Amino acid sequence: MNLAQVLFYLMAFIATASAVFVAATKNLVRSIFMFFITLFALAGLYVLALADFVAITQIVIYVGGILVLILFAFMLSGKETLNTIGELRSKFISINKLPALLLAGLFLVVLLNMIFKLDADNLGWVKKAQVTHNMILPNSSMTENIGINLMTKYLLPFEAISVLLMVALVGAAHLSRKGRSA
Amino acid sequence: MISLTDFLVVSAVLFCVGLYMIVSKQNAIQVLIGIELMLNGAILNMVAFSKYDRINNGGQMFALFAIVLAAATTAVALAIILNVYKQYKTIDPGSINKLGD
Repeated sequence: MNLAQVLFYLMAFIATASAVFVAATKNLVRSIFMFFITLFALAGLYVLALADFVAITQIVIYVGGILVLILFAFMLSGKETLNTIGELRSKFISINKLPALLLAGLFLVVLLNMIFKLDADNLGWVKKAQVTHNMILPNSSMTENIGINLMTKYLLPFEAISVLLMVALVGAAHLSRKGRSA
Repeated sequence: MISLTDFLVVSAVLFCVGLYMIVSKQNAIQVLIGIELMLNGAILNMVAFSKYDRINNGGQMFALFAIVLAAATTAVALAIILNVYKQYKTIDPGSINKLGD
């Protein structure tokens, strides 16, 4: 058991435990701030999967952008009303949440069953990549490769997503504008 | 090294927690957080498999695209949530039962 594995199990534990806390807590503020922890732990997991660029992007966009947006929406949408809703429903917690819990649990059982049957480390193409050295090693730097691929092989998705981002920006600005005239 | 199965198990747990939040929460913001958790579980899968694709880098590339898509989705969804709050004074998805005129 080397250091990478210890770190992986630590990060995986933090990510899953804080995700469960996010789902279980009644306090919305706490759930949002625990979601920070989940996202940071996931960035650590990406680093351990040898995807450092994706990890940095995760921190910049998710933690810097999305969570701040969520916090804004939370602050702007009336804290008192939210709290009373939570208290009202909390008496019937067990009977109210049972179907959702059952659905998620059964889905987890199905997914785990499928994952252990799949045995991903012995897939054909994974074995082939190991034989032909088409795998990322801890000392190989991938950022140049990502840049080159982004401008050559994946140029069409890149342009499409830039157009979509523009459309989403205009749409969000239109939706949240004051005093609309139909 | 860390095996792929470990990554898959973590992402399955995250996905199911997100599913539970989407189905059970009475607050649109928490439903949104559930969607983000599910997206993150899927991204973790792509990143984990991308280790065995050094030349084309497909997994990491589409993980980046998925992160950008999540940002766009969240911006629009939060604008919608704020509008709904302005109109109904609540963001419980179960009590929003009238169409606008």
